[in-house]
Amino acid sequence: MKPALFVIFMTIFSHIGYSQECDHVLAGQVVDYHSRTPLDNATIMVLESQLAVKTDIDGKFKIENLCETSYRLEVSHPSCNTTVMEVEMDGITWLDIKLEHHLEELDEVKVVADAFKDKTNSSQEETLKLSTIETYSAGNLGDALRELGGVSSLNTGANIVKPTIHGLSGSRVLILNDGVRMQDMEWGDEHAPNIDINAAGSISVIKGASALQYGGDAIGGTIVMDMARVPLKDTLYGKTIINGMSNGRGGNITSSLTRAFGNGWFAKAQGNYKRLGDQEAPDYVLSNTGVREVAASLQIGKHQFTWGWDARYSYFNSEIAVLRASHIGNIDDLIRAINSGVPEIVRPFTYDLQNPRQEVTHHLGKLKFYKRFEGLGKWNLQYDFQNNRRFEFDVRRGELDDRASIDLELTTHTVNTDFKWDARERWQLHVGLLGRYQDNFANPATGVRRLIPDYEKWDFGSFLISEYRLTNSLFLDAGVRYDFTRVDAQKFYQTSRWEERGYDTIFQDLVVQDLGTQLLVNPVFDYHNISGTIGANYTPDMGTEIKFNYTLAQRAPNPSELFSDGLHHSAARIELGDLQIDSETSHKFMLSYKKEFKSWGFTLEPYANWIQNFILLEPSGVEFTLRGAFPVWEYRQTDARLLGFDVYGFSNWISHWKTEHQFSMVKGKDFDTDGALINVPAVNLVNRLIYSKPEWNDFEASLESQYVFRQNEVPDNILVFSAEQQQEVVLEINTPPEAYQLLTLRSQMVFPLSKGTRLTTALAVNNLLNTNYREYLNRQRFFADDLGRNFLLQLKLNY
Amino acid sequence: MKTIKILSLALASGFVLASCSNDDNTPEEVNEEEIITTMIVTLTPTGGGTPIVFQSQDLDGDGPNAPVITPEDIVLSEGTTYSGTVVLLNETESPAENVNEEIEAEADEHQFFYIIDGGLNATVDYADDESDYVSEETGQNFTTTNPVGIAFTITTTSASTGTLAITLRHEPKKPNDGTLVDAGGETDITETFNLTVE
Repeated sequence: MKPALFVIFMTIFSHIGYSQECDHVLAGQVVDYHSRTPLDNATIMVLESQLAVKTDIDGKFKIENLCETSYRLEVSHPSCNTTVMEVEMDGITWLDIKLEHHLEELDEVKVVADAFKDKTNSSQEETLKLSTIETYSAGNLGDALRELGGVSSLNTGANIVKPTIHGLSGSRVLILNDGVRMQDMEWGDEHAPNIDINAAGSISVIKGASALQYGGDAIGGTIVMDMARVPLKDTLYGKTIINGMSNGRGGNITSSLTRAFGNGWFAKAQGNYKRLGDQEAPDYVLSNTGVREVAASLQIGKHQFTWGWDARYSYFNSEIAVLRASHIGNIDDLIRAINSGVPEIVRPFTYDLQNPRQEVTHHLGKLKFYKRFEGLGKWNLQYDFQNNRRFEFDVRRGELDDRASIDLELTTHTVNTDFKWDARERWQLHVGLLGRYQDNFANPATGVRRLIPDYEKWDFGSFLISEYRLTNSLFLDAGVRYDFTRVDAQKFYQTSRWEERGYDTIFQDLVVQDLGTQLLVNPVFDYHNISGTIGANYTPDMGTEIKFNYTLAQRAPNPSELFSDGLHHSAARIELGDLQIDSETSHKFMLSYKKEFKSWGFTLEPYANWIQNFILLEPSGVEFTLRGAFPVWEYRQTDARLLGFDVYGFSNWISHWKTEHQFSMVKGKDFDTDGALINVPAVNLVNRLIYSKPEWNDFEASLESQYVFRQNEVPDNILVFSAEQQQEVVLEINTPPEAYQLLTLRSQMVFPLSKGTRLTTALAVNNLLNTNYREYLNRQRFFADDLGRNFLLQLKLNY
Repeated sequence: MKTIKILSLALASGFVLASCSNDDNTPEEVNEEEIITTMIVTLTPTGGGTPIVFQSQDLDGDGPNAPVITPEDIVLSEGTTYSGTVVLLNETESPAENVNEEIEAEADEHQFFYIIDGGLNATVDYADDESDYVSEETGQNFTTTNPVGIAFTITTTSASTGTLAITLRHEPKKPNDGTLVDAGGETDITETFNLTVE
């Protein structure tokens, strides 16, 4: 959160002494802070008189008949942050106003990546602009974020995509949906974020925990999804996007409509419907991989400079079919699937969503109020409510087939408040408090022992962040945060499991009731976590930016890490949590060096993350049941280290031709086993050739090559006893797939239909060469190839 | 000072939720409904005599304890044909649930496989097919005649020792060539017994 003072510097050029009253003239120019290009159509309003003028094509403006006094000016622009400044009138006064570009809803001017207001001063941070988000309108959050360096994803098929930042995902990645931290069972590998990407105006990724205002446990990073800004003027506008795709034989339609008034009132409605049938690999149909998604949101409020409020409700419902061939019975089935190389079940294409499948509904309600105190800063107060209901259906016998195997309902209430002192020129201070209550209910009607128990959780957090401007080119920041978490669970353990884990000697006092074969236990655990960050941002000249950041972050274990216990049918593995797991502690150092020349530029971003008590889930052995042997995946803690770097470069070769290059690499090490960490993304190289010709209806075409290396650093495979073969065999559960290269072709044109109405058409081909490949971070890599060629046609209408 | 008031209100609001009450509602116990804890195999000599009964039992289901086979020594006679049946139970419920009923009702989606290995001089044949069972869907007997394997015969020849592996597959390819690899599907139950023919 850069201070307003960073955004605006005002220079008064001339002081001509007129002494008459109220015939003073204020003139000036509004320019973009980064590019210094003049901004037309910016509004300068004198708050005292509510008199407003707009800038002309050169960004210039003039206000006459002002008195010899000081005025407060509110400067706004559709694509910039609104800002307020004071001006002392003395004769003809010239004022240079620099505005920081913000995402633009109405008109997609080309904005460079760093033109967004950063969330942090010194952390590695990147933002997806609206046009990129729209490219992924028919996809999902995880797909879109892979555009960014250092961001990959952990997939279960193509529809369940969890963002992975610098090699870490799940509970280590916070997702802020319009200021609300998503509480949607992010602990499971096959639980995708319940977010409609079409609701976002911009998505920022902070690659570390340094954005302490959002939470202290983002050891991987924080994803901040912001809504598009609503302009402070009388207007009505909207857009509709229709996507059709060949792979999956479906698409989506999304639409939004915004009504805004000059007095600050606004209302916005948005909706999305998506439907896909079975998707296809190059050689076969991926049976049962369809999806149906419905999302809608409504927002109303009043935003003024000095105060405002808004209320938002969003609904998200998705039904995702899970590859039929990935549902297996036991370890022999898994060995057979791995060895055969093709999915066992391939059926003709269908739109039907059959078992195994999951159905998730997420409700989110938010109420926010803010007030600005003159000479002090801004105060925010927010309450949000979230309800997440998840059903997972397995292939079961008889009438049980219609009954979910997992039925969880997670309800969360959060109140938070913060105050930001930004009135001082050199420093600002941001403090905040948070209280959260969460309740998880695991429905016993499933007839399957609960994988996640009933629990209640309380969180309390407080933070203090400060930013200090040492010189015009050097900004320092520091922050500290404290979080308290209490988990109160009611869980049934099988007596045999309780004893096998050794809990009967450590945790026997937690037992509430002995039911013979099962024990009801009531663990109540408290966690106290401290996070801190310190960093610097140095910009010696316009083309150079150097950032350094150190962050200490602590994360309390999630319910899955503590309580998981049982056979996970959809994954054919026994997952075991550990009640003794404690918070993990991360020390992350990040450096960012960015240099831009006239026609080319680059960014270098190395980082190192040492994590004490790192919690990981990996195969540890086998257990025998009457169904055969199952691999046991156990949570354990270790000391780990992640070292990596991301490189980005671009070059404008000749007119119309541009290339972009991106390279990401991360290495994970487990100090306990002195081996590799599991699920670390492979080295990834992206090269993009872009041709743009604005004269031809903003024609733009690009060819992208993504080369994913083989992940050579993986944990060892495990030895298991195969009942079918009556001998010990190697279960190649950690063997990584081969390297692959994918080509993507995109093209786009814009047609103005009438004043204020535009049609944008885009055609894309993913996996152009129909390459057969499997991705290490896709949990279905054991069973089937990844997606084949996909033609995407997009029509976008702005009105 | 108004400002101070509003600020202190803001601070206080952060604590509001800390006072939520804990209504101590005890969760309901779940007994695994789908689990098969016990497989009982009965071999009755066709020429008359004492039936041979052996079983594999795993009362904690997917818990840490491995299945237990009783008795340890299973001895068949040379040159004898036995008619066999297999019974599957879920003993976590009381009274124990007979899982055979569900399998019979979905006979077209299930099949037992009997694999003899390790030099045991014996052969196994199916003694039933789908049309012996009533479909849950139609209420009528199945019209298809693929083997199911709830009933089977085992014929021994000369003295030997080896193994008999019994596997129940859900949604296998039907018909199949009798091997597990060709059948595919998901394993519902599998156990390997050491047998002696003398």
